[in-house]
Amino acid sequence: MGILEVKDVGKRFGGLQALSDVHLNVMENTCHAIIGPNGAGKSTLLNCLIGKLIPDTGSVMFQGQSVLGRSPFEINQMGISRVFQTPEIFGDLTVMENMLIPILAKRDGAFEMNGWSKLASQKDVNEYAEKMLEDMNLVDKRNMHSASMSRGDKRRLEIAMCLSQDPSLLLLDEPTAGMARADTNNTIDLLKQIKEERDITIAIIEHDMHVVFSLADRITVLAQGTPLVEDTPENIKGHPKVKEAYLGETA
Amino acid sequence: MLGLNKKDASLLLMVAALVAFAPILLNPFPEASALAQFNAGYPDLMQRFVIFGIFAVGFNILFGLTGYLSFGHAAFLGAGSYAGVWMMKLLTVNVIPAILISTVVAGLFSILIGFISLRRSGIYFSILTLAFAQMSFALAASVLTPITGGETGLNLALDDPRILEGGNTTGNIPAPNFFGLEMGDSLQLNVAGWLWTFNVGYYLAGVVLIIAFYTAIRIFRSPFGLMLRAIKSNQHRLGFTGLNTRPYMLACFVISGMYAGLAGGLMVAMDPLAGAERMQWTASGEVVLMTILGGIGTLIGPVLGAGLIKYFENIFSKINSNLLHEWFAFLPDGLEDFVVTIIYPFVGKGWHLTLGLMFMGVIIFLPGGLVELGQRIRRVFSKKDANQHTKPAE
Ligand SMILES: Nc1ncnc2c1ncn2[C@@H]1O[C@H](COP(=O)(O)OP(=O)(O)OP(=O)(O)O)[C@@H](O)[C@H]1O
Ligand SMILES: [Mg+2]
Repeated sequence: MGILEVKDVGKRFGGLQALSDVHLNVMENTCHAIIGPNGAGKSTLLNCLIGKLIPDTGSVMFQGQSVLGRSPFEINQMGISRVFQTPEIFGDLTVMENMLIPILAKRDGAFEMNGWSKLASQKDVNEYAEKMLEDMNLVDKRNMHSASMSRGDKRRLEIAMCLSQDPSLLLLDEPTAGMARADTNNTIDLLKQIKEERDITIAIIEHDMHVVFSLADRITVLAQGTPLVEDTPENIKGHPKVKEAYLGETA
Repeated sequence: MLGLNKKDASLLLMVAALVAFAPILLNPFPEASALAQFNAGYPDLMQRFVIFGIFAVGFNILFGLTGYLSFGHAAFLGAGSYAGVWMMKLLTVNVIPAILISTVVAGLFSILIGFISLRRSGIYFSILTLAFAQMSFALAASVLTPITGGETGLNLALDDPRILEGGNTTGNIPAPNFFGLEMGDSLQLNVAGWLWTFNVGYYLAGVVLIIAFYTAIRIFRSPFGLMLRAIKSNQHRLGFTGLNTRPYMLACFVISGMYAGLAGGLMVAMDPLAGAERMQWTASGEVVLMTILGGIGTLIGPVLGAGLIKYFENIFSKINSNLLHEWFAFLPDGLEDFVVTIIYPFVGKGWHLTLGLMFMGVIIFLPGGLVELGQRIRRVFSKKDANQHTKPAE
């Protein structure tokens, strides 16, 4: 049984059937890649997992519990964190403040209001945030306005923010898009390291095949809203259908 | 100091010093001089400065931190006022219970309004709060007359029960006091032509302002405050980060409403009369102007904005055409009339015009309000300093 089980999921936008009959089974502590051409419905699928969209049909089970009908914050608290395709951070706040938010959100959960506790004196929280920034090579930018960072930096910050919550399932939507080659390689290394060190399941959407083949244990190919094949990276590489639908286009 | 960092502590000290010395600072002109009418250091006006300062600081906790623009905050001020007067009628003319009950009642009232209005965000939230406030105003002026005194307003009467004082049916209505010190009591000092008035009511309100300001600093710097700023920055993201934003928003709204109630309570402590117009939408709009003029989301901004608007309302508005003629009497007759005609629309009853122009100017050129103005001036000076320091090295 997988940690994430998606069955029969369908989603329609007006006249467009963005997803239909989507089945996905992500096994615990693996890295599962979802690839497919632009507009295949990959991001839409993730939106259905985190409560941003409610699928028209089907079910989504995480650790044996349905996520449908729960609000996004509850789903996050169940252990799912997501990095968005276009970086979603708190642009008005500094890098350090951005880093503190997911940590405090996880700690305080639904609600915590204590005007007498101070940010500056929360030693453990601050140290942890500092460490996360260090791991991502962002420490020297800690007091920077996060909106003024490069796209690659924003993405690394968002990855750090998600990782700081120590999620059971990490959803990455094209995490290396807009990153320099060196940063991409660093990110691959970091994700590999995290996979080894923690009990974490990763579902990653990625166009960069180098990233996919470096990380993935299994790959699902999505085309026009339906899964085409699901297999190991070795088998996907030579799969004729995949070449036709996807690799053929980019190669 | 008091758990504040150096910068915040010095800001708090500055506010405390301003409050303490306002009767002197705001009376820069000798009593006999022609400019004495620009003096703002009389109790009535100084009380208004600090009370509206509290109102604006509280409003800014909501608007400045979360970006939720309430257009109905005067409703809480009004509710607080009524509660305060009732406390003085029923229990005692000591102002402390009145101020406390004002805050509590406004808090309860804002739970109700906040719970409903916060189902929406953006412009819809603003409209909902506006609708609630106008509804409260209309009800207070009509149906609720037994509680609010209707259009004439609610004030103290000689035959009020005043349980704690036993009531009296002869003599004067007792004046609001702080354990015997009447709010209207003042110590007047006449020093070499300058008149300084140290008023009990003003200092009571001033102390409350300092406490309210300190509390606001603590809220701004707490994890709670960070979450509120994150709501303003990207509320959706915060949801996907595992935070339930609703209780945070409601708590913030209620705190902000309690500040308004506190201001309302202080108002009736200074002058025990509450009228429905206090809840009208213009009053709600005024606190929005104060906050924007002073600097949205800054700590000191709202206090400055409140001061500026109240100064204009009370001082600028008193300049009439006679006075203008007096000032420009040194010009040749024709020119004098001309200059007075030009200036007249901007002063006296026309002060709204000046305020409006100023407001536009601030929005366009100084989105950060007076605080940004101050920062820019400081930057200009520090640049000059820096130049002077670097010159010898060349
Ligand atoms: N909220 C929405 N409303 C309407 N249509 C949408 C919405 N979100 C996505 N779509 C449409 O659904 C289809 C799938 O979009 P989706 O973003 O899931 O593709 P994708 O596989 O992530 O593509 P890409 O690789 O470009 O990110 C597209 O045709 C898109 O235009
Ligand atoms: Mg996408």
